[in-house]
Amino acid sequence: MTTALRRSTLARHGLFFLALAIVLLLLTSFVFDPYTNYNVTGVAIYAISAAGLTVLTGINGQVSLGHGAMMMIGAYTTSVLLTWHADLPLILVLVASIAITGVAGAIVGIAGARLRGPYLAGATLALAVALPQVPSHFASIFGGNQGLSVPTPAPPAFLGTSFTSVQWLAWIALAAGVVTFFVLANLVRGATGRRFRMVRDNEIAARLAGVDVARTQVLAFVISAACAGLAGSLFAYWVTVTSPSGFTLNLSLSLLTAIVIGGLGSLSGAVLGSFILVYLPVWTSGFASSLNLSSNVANNVPLAIYGIVLIAAILLFPRGVAGGVASIVRGVTRMVRTSRRGALPTAPEAPSP
Amino acid sequence: MRPEISRSRTWAVIAAGGMAALLSAACGSASGTTNAASAPGITATSVTIGSTQPLTGPAAPGYSEIAPAANAYFKYVNAHGGVNGRKINYTYLDDQYNPTSTATQTRKLVLQDNVFAMFQALGTPTHLSVVSYLNSNHVPDLFVASGCNCWNNTSQYPDTFGWQPNYTIEGKILGQYIAQNFATKKVGFFLQGPNDEFGTDGFTGVMDALQGKGLNVDSTPAYYTPTAAGAMAVAAAIASLQAQGVQVIVSFSVPLFTAIAEASAAGLRYAAKFVVSNVGSDPPTLTAILTGGALGKALPAGLIAGTISDTYLPVLTDASNPWVTFFQSVKAQYAPSLPWDGNVEYGMSEAYTFVQALKAAGQNPTRASIVAAVENSHWADGPGLTPYAYSSSDHNGFTGVQMVTVGADGTVTTLGPVETTDDTATGPITTFSGSASSPPANGIPSD
Repeated sequence: MTTALRRSTLARHGLFFLALAIVLLLLTSFVFDPYTNYNVTGVAIYAISAAGLTVLTGINGQVSLGHGAMMMIGAYTTSVLLTWHADLPLILVLVASIAITGVAGAIVGIAGARLRGPYLAGATLALAVALPQVPSHFASIFGGNQGLSVPTPAPPAFLGTSFTSVQWLAWIALAAGVVTFFVLANLVRGATGRRFRMVRDNEIAARLAGVDVARTQVLAFVISAACAGLAGSLFAYWVTVTSPSGFTLNLSLSLLTAIVIGGLGSLSGAVLGSFILVYLPVWTSGFASSLNLSSNVANNVPLAIYGIVLIAAILLFPRGVAGGVASIVRGVTRMVRTSRRGALPTAPEAPSP
Repeated sequence: MRPEISRSRTWAVIAAGGMAALLSAACGSASGTTNAASAPGITATSVTIGSTQPLTGPAAPGYSEIAPAANAYFKYVNAHGGVNGRKINYTYLDDQYNPTSTATQTRKLVLQDNVFAMFQALGTPTHLSVVSYLNSNHVPDLFVASGCNCWNNTSQYPDTFGWQPNYTIEGKILGQYIAQNFATKKVGFFLQGPNDEFGTDGFTGVMDALQGKGLNVDSTPAYYTPTAAGAMAVAAAIASLQAQGVQVIVSFSVPLFTAIAEASAAGLRYAAKFVVSNVGSDPPTLTAILTGGALGKALPAGLIAGTISDTYLPVLTDASNPWVTFFQSVKAQYAPSLPWDGNVEYGMSEAYTFVQALKAAGQNPTRASIVAAVENSHWADGPGLTPYAYSSSDHNGFTGVQMVTVGADGTVTTLGPVETTDDTATGPITTFSGSASSPPANGIPSD
């Protein structure tokens, strides 16, 4: 059993994510208060989006400053579909948002595969700046600056009357998150993930080994856009209104911040980064009215704390929080091992990706 | 055995005492003399209310003072015994004028901070993102700090109330002034939008008043979006109005964008007359933006001289007005770092209305009782130039404004009497005949 688990990544991941899903199901149903459920939904949504960006930027090495724009495509797909047909089944809306954003990702990816480094960052930056202007020019479809409102999905009747729509959305978002991370965890450990890393580390070597660099890069873009589409769709349900001001350049930069703080290239880092992204404002936002400071100072305290946390995280954990945790764990194991075996020499640490 | 007996006797005494306490509490609440935790956010000694405000971001210049000013008045009330012995705790969170943040911050206030009511939540696009949520959860949504007509929708949003004259009412009175005073000039528009109700409601009101008056109107407005990117595009929008030969620019804009628009016009040597909505015309705020270097360099305050606007509160610089002197004294004691400007007057005036509502909601207010109290309010006094219009079928606040003009030194002069109207296309504009009220001696509304 244990050797079978050790051999089969799929079985190991399957068991882990199944256990995770059960724990989350119990927590959201019985433990969390409504506000925690609401925030956990947000963490799941940002984590799905950040995981897509991790694949693109962390694992495939393509810097995107336009990931928020991809979420916007997903969110608007959902909102427009629901404006036309309010009673569309949720699963259909999610799939449509993933598909349309995936197609958009392919188009951007085909253009982006010709660009490297800062040029790619510039092109995706343009996307993040330009796309939020579109809804105000086609206001009849997209509702202009005011945006489109999105109905909250009602929980199915068999869950009982005490089951709230907040809990239902938490279930949906967490289920989507577990499925996304299961798929991505398998993907990045398999042949596709190896090709992604190979292209990131050395394009010429990858080409010599028979990897189609351009196709790999476009594929990474499509996968990351599909994640953003799913996250954007859930985001629309979560916020209940989709307007251009929800998808400013700030969102793209926040997502990039999340994966860097969490740990570039690690999927667990995407979750940690998203947690920080959601909970830091929750913890700091009351300061303006509760601190007895001049309003000019107090108003900016949450922003200052955000900045300090970013600087501290980069200084203390240059490889992100996930990387920091991993190296602490590694240090502790090494200490335990040396104390057990006496002063046996240990193998040199493998360089981390 | 003896200890057993004495212990049970002790328990009997405690039980009897407890019963007596319970009974007296029950009688107390029935006769209305004891405070109880009668609703979410209400304890025997406190009332917690919440708000979302643009404390940072593009709408922050000026508007970030509103909630601290309201809080200063609440501190004054708390220091003078509170309302029915309850102190008012006002929690306002920063939403950066971003509807997505408004949605998350409002959830925090309702689910986490457990507020009794929302109060003066600021902004049209921002508050529209949560108005359905608040109403489906029956959270009183009092005195939204925005003049959108949308807050007066008693069937869809029975718990939401506006406060300031809505933008259509304001637009009609501005339009009447334009028709009377600039009949030979070409009129154009600079609006927040497109598809932002702040801009469209104001535009509707002005166009209603100009209808059939034979004015030369450029009915294609120039728009701006209230973002950093939008700020870059204002100069082009103003240049397009100049190219159309517009001589009077009607501007429904937040202060930062009014300042950019007036500075852009000056930069283009374009001597258009600006007619600006009250929310975007406060002279101290505009002066601070222009002279403070917020636009990249310090500009002369005189740029705003000659701007036409309106007010529904006493003129800031009128030292003979008892409301002005009272609010100034509250500001000096409880929020000395705030400037004395229209935002501070606005915040304190709205806080005064909230205290009126809380008093009227009874000794032990509930969410339903405060909504009913506002609907049945016939409060005689208040800082507004007109009385409140609240009723069970009307959730608008003030219904009229007085035209003003800004002098070269930033002082405001009134132009003519207070005018009132409604927000229908044909509703007549009438001159208000009532008289202004004075604040009560202790500064706290009486029952």
